[in-house]
Amino acid sequence: MNTPLNAVPESPLEARETTPVAVAATRPLYWSIRRELWENGSIYLAPLIVASLYIIGFLISIIRMPQTLAALADPVHQRAMIQTPYHAASFVLLLTAFFTGAFYCLDALYGERRDRSVLFWKSLPVSDLTTVLAKACIPLVVLPLITFVVILATQIVIFLLSTGFTLKNGFSAAALWVQLPLLKMWISLLWAIVASVLWYAPIYGWLLLVSSYVRRGVFLSAVLPPFAIGLVEKISFNTHYFSDMMTFRLTGWYTQAFVPLMPGAVSPVDPLTQLTLGRFLSRPELWIGLVITAVFLAAAVQLRRSREPI
Amino acid sequence: MTVIEAHGLRKTYGKTTALDGVDLRVEEGRILGLIGLNGAGKTTALNAILGLTNFEGELKVLGRNPWTERNELMRDVCFIADVAVMPRWMRVSQALDYVAGVHPRFDRAKAEGFLAKTAIKRTSKVRELSKGMVAQLNLALVMAIDAKLLVLDEPTLGLDILYRKQFYDSLLNDYYDHNRTIIVTTHQPEDIQHILTDLVLIDCGRIVLDCSMEEYESRYQEVMTHPDQINAARALRPMQERQMLGRTIFLFDGADRRQLAALGEVHTPSIADLFVAILGKTSDQKQGEAR
Repeated sequence: MNTPLNAVPESPLEARETTPVAVAATRPLYWSIRRELWENGSIYLAPLIVASLYIIGFLISIIRMPQTLAALADPVHQRAMIQTPYHAASFVLLLTAFFTGAFYCLDALYGERRDRSVLFWKSLPVSDLTTVLAKACIPLVVLPLITFVVILATQIVIFLLSTGFTLKNGFSAAALWVQLPLLKMWISLLWAIVASVLWYAPIYGWLLLVSSYVRRGVFLSAVLPPFAIGLVEKISFNTHYFSDMMTFRLTGWYTQAFVPLMPGAVSPVDPLTQLTLGRFLSRPELWIGLVITAVFLAAAVQLRRSREPI
Repeated sequence: MTVIEAHGLRKTYGKTTALDGVDLRVEEGRILGLIGLNGAGKTTALNAILGLTNFEGELKVLGRNPWTERNELMRDVCFIADVAVMPRWMRVSQALDYVAGVHPRFDRAKAEGFLAKTAIKRTSKVRELSKGMVAQLNLALVMAIDAKLLVLDEPTLGLDILYRKQFYDSLLNDYYDHNRTIIVTTHQPEDIQHILTDLVLIDCGRIVLDCSMEEYESRYQEVMTHPDQINAARALRPMQERQMLGRTIFLFDGADRRQLAALGEVHTPSIADLFVAILGKTSDQKQGEAR
């Protein structure tokens, strides 16, 4: 897999001659990320499989499309009808990326202790900081990039399929093309990915921390504490600040980074008018979340240093 | 140059004391065997040396504190922690790529050369290799790293005699030179007795013997006597006596070789026999103190 860091020279001699300081810092990180991809094929397989299934599903649904489209004279509803598969593809693949990233994080620092391979990794000059950063890069950088590319590819495929099918059935593809501002949709998608990753960063940080600490029951150890805190708060004070906070952590990136679509409403012609960068970037929750992420990761580095194999 | 220097090295886990004031000094170019029972503190000592665990007391490895300066230290130190810690999903070619990628002192051609002498295929995954082959692979990777200190913790546990012999032979012939230092622990000291330059016996977190192999050979002797010479042998105050096939074997510490030769055939004892004798003596002493 290609990552932006792969510009690092291949030969160690070459590397030493050019910029020794930069090489010393980035080479172990680059190779650590590569080895994560070797070990965890699901990072790119999961989005690819979901995308393939989605396209198959779309192929089956497309058979009815031209007739339905023609029946909808109203351009607003036509637009909704045409755009829905594209939004659904983004949604499904973003969800896949979240779950893939979450389960990856849960195993990242636990699995290596369980199979004792941590002793092999630690026998090489790769610091705990580099290792934890490489592992954090998977849900924060690598998965989002892969997801973006896969969504783009999926949307292009369904665009070509629907165009081909419309033409073949003797309908004009004009409506399709007019109603799909693909380029603007992709900019909007990129923003959605950036916003969701920044917003979810503390979740990934928490999962990595749990993964570096527990000796067993990694999933329950990650999921139960937030529920327990919410429950205790509810019983003791009959309030629900904590569970509101957790819900906001899960949904907030969408409600803050975009103009939320009312139920039953139709998305506007220009998707870029829906982006609310300023509102998202000025949410204190975003920045507090990023600070908490840094704290979680720092703790995971310390734990990886001192925890012994299980 | 001193590679390892420890003074009063201590490590406790809750109420158990794993290391109880260890003093150790290892010079460059030595091959040190660290021998002890399970739970004697061998692995804890090695973990402290490798910066894998925190410790009390003073410890310097290549002039650095291994806990606080681990990242710098690991460029000059290499280790095999156990027989089965190579990640099972990894392909042999990936292992070569990865180590070449992260280790500035790894000589890939050298590792490929070692692997060429084995039956290991580049495309195999570690999980497909036999235990002996995984040990060979790990050794090939480690021997291609130009490190100052190599630590081997039970590198051949559970391997058959052929793999064990090959392992130590290639270590001695293809890797060792007088600028490198090697520390080995094993439960099969007979495998390494002939390659060691120094020996440390450890029991209950303390060092019970620390000597060079020259010293070992001149100091410890074993005599197999006929029944009629048992009393003469006992008069020379042996460390231990034991029966084997109807004959009595006496182990002596610092006895006169000519006197012993008169009693029967004189040998250098095996490390395992000496270890048992020393453990027997210390447990007798403890019992004596208790009384």
